[in-house]
Amino acid sequence: MKRRPGRFAVLLTLCLAVTLTFLTLPIVAIFLDSSPAELIDSLGEEGALDALWLSLKTTAISITIILLVGTPAAYLLATRSFRGKAFVVTLVELPLVLPPAVAGIALLSAVGPSGILGGTVEAAGVELTFETAGVVVALTFVASPFYVRQAMAAFASVDGVMLDASRTLGASEARGFLRVMIPVALPGLVAGTALALGRALGEFGATLMFAGSFQGITQTVPLAIYDRFSTEFDAALALSAVLVAVSAAILLSVKLVHGSEVLGGAPR
Amino acid sequence: MLRAEAATRLGALELDVALEVRAGECLALAGPSGAGKTSLLRIAAGLVRPERGLVEANGETWLDTERGVDVPPERRRCGYVFQEYALFPHLSASQNVAYPLRGMSRAERRERAHELLDRFGLRELADARPRTLSGGERQRVAVARALARKPAVLLLDEPLSALDARTRASASRELAAVLRDVEVPALLVTHDFAEAAQLGDRVGVIDAGRVVQEGTPSELAAAPRTAFVADFTGAVVLTGTARPGAGGLTTVELDGGGAITTTDPGGGEVAVSVYPWEISIEPEGEPPHGSSQNRLDAEVLSITTVGNRVRVSLAGPQPIAAEITADSAERMGLRAGTRVTATWKATATRVVGS
Repeated sequence: MKRRPGRFAVLLTLCLAVTLTFLTLPIVAIFLDSSPAELIDSLGEEGALDALWLSLKTTAISITIILLVGTPAAYLLATRSFRGKAFVVTLVELPLVLPPAVAGIALLSAVGPSGILGGTVEAAGVELTFETAGVVVALTFVASPFYVRQAMAAFASVDGVMLDASRTLGASEARGFLRVMIPVALPGLVAGTALALGRALGEFGATLMFAGSFQGITQTVPLAIYDRFSTEFDAALALSAVLVAVSAAILLSVKLVHGSEVLGGAPR
Repeated sequence: MLRAEAATRLGALELDVALEVRAGECLALAGPSGAGKTSLLRIAAGLVRPERGLVEANGETWLDTERGVDVPPERRRCGYVFQEYALFPHLSASQNVAYPLRGMSRAERRERAHELLDRFGLRELADARPRTLSGGERQRVAVARALARKPAVLLLDEPLSALDARTRASASRELAAVLRDVEVPALLVTHDFAEAAQLGDRVGVIDAGRVVQEGTPSELAAAPRTAFVADFTGAVVLTGTARPGAGGLTTVELDGGGAITTTDPGGGEVAVSVYPWEISIEPEGEPPHGSSQNRLDAEVLSITTVGNRVRVSLAGPQPIAAEITADSAERMGLRAGTRVTATWKATATRVVGS
């Protein structure tokens, strides 16, 4: 005889249904509100492809910087203990809870034209505000804590004896880091990369305040959407659809490459 | 030759140890957890730096805190078999074994790795990842990997404790064979005295950071210097030659004379063990009575109190220890020099390998 589901099981299912509807309905609506043909037409519009290309370019550069610098930094934080470590970790995590507008103001007052390091940046011949480089700075500032935090957890969960084994087998710590620690921590590192990618691709507030919104130079997809929102709603809709598609593609490819263990899957 | 001396505080532990292991010899240190066994291995390998210490292997000085010498672990040439084996999960068995092989061509690396895998009966598992291997197979990969770089010393941390009881016996015999072949000093630590007795040429008992006694397994079991050693050593170990006996039993002709019977199967050179509390003592010359098949004449060497009982060390064909109550010892008037007969049952006699 089949047992009838209990009241609690029904409640759980109901809650999941509500959550799913709430989360997916707006996304589905983007695609339902206009026909695919209209979407493609709007993309051909001036500026849309510029914004898409700029978003992909700045995100790629920013993620590269985050991986190259953030991975060793996260490894250090995960494998060493020192005085004030908790404080350092908190500093790294701080941008996570910073409102984007505050992040923009913070960047302006640090490396903006009249910021505390503005003179130094200018003397080095680097233009940040109203320039593509400024977008990269904003994306890196906002997205890197997502990666570093996750990478730290990934390295910390690798048994320290792995590195000991590597060293007794004649490998320097640097070699053990590259050949053992990174491969073993890879699922966690990939998950962190996906989080940072998503955050960088969707970055809006800090970019707008720090780099401005100039088509082809600093106007990434989220800025372009905002720009068109009040005047050409269809174009904004088309860009939103593209952003959803790109983000979903990133999420899915990460899941496919590294199995369910990466994002929210069962721990190994 | 490996020489290791360390005097240091590690957390709550005061480690103070000095030991020497000759080339081709295996020193097995047995002790309870927290005694400092793993710390000692880590100091030898350079993974922990003691306050004061000296590590010399093969004529090279790896650590001398007085002269400020501290060679990093990657340049110490230690083959280290870790407790849970620490195999690299993302590499296959052959890649794990090849990891330490550097400064040679790809072809040479492959050849050397396969040679090692063959030697450890792992040829078919060359491409298997560690998580698909059984405990015994992992242990063999770990030993093969530790030996790959032709180390100057071999360090083994509880090499059998990650195995289930059924694989442990065969893994133990295989490891004993490997240790016999290895030409470098081997230092092994374990919490199990029987394991140490089987794998070590010499056994040291370590407690609270100090080696309290060192000797052959039977010396330690028969003449424990302290109650801790007596308690810890547990079994009496006897060696001899086994042959099939009457009634499906096995007869073991003991080295040094006498013969005993066991219900375990066995042949050739073997070691047998019996727990001291299984051994009874009778005045010498009494006719056999009761069900005990094994009877050895011996002389009382010493009597040590262990908790609520006494351990009687006996000099027979081989050293034996019996544990009896203090009352019994008194009633029989046992003292050093008393001639007695030690008896125990064939069913209490275990063949533990050779």
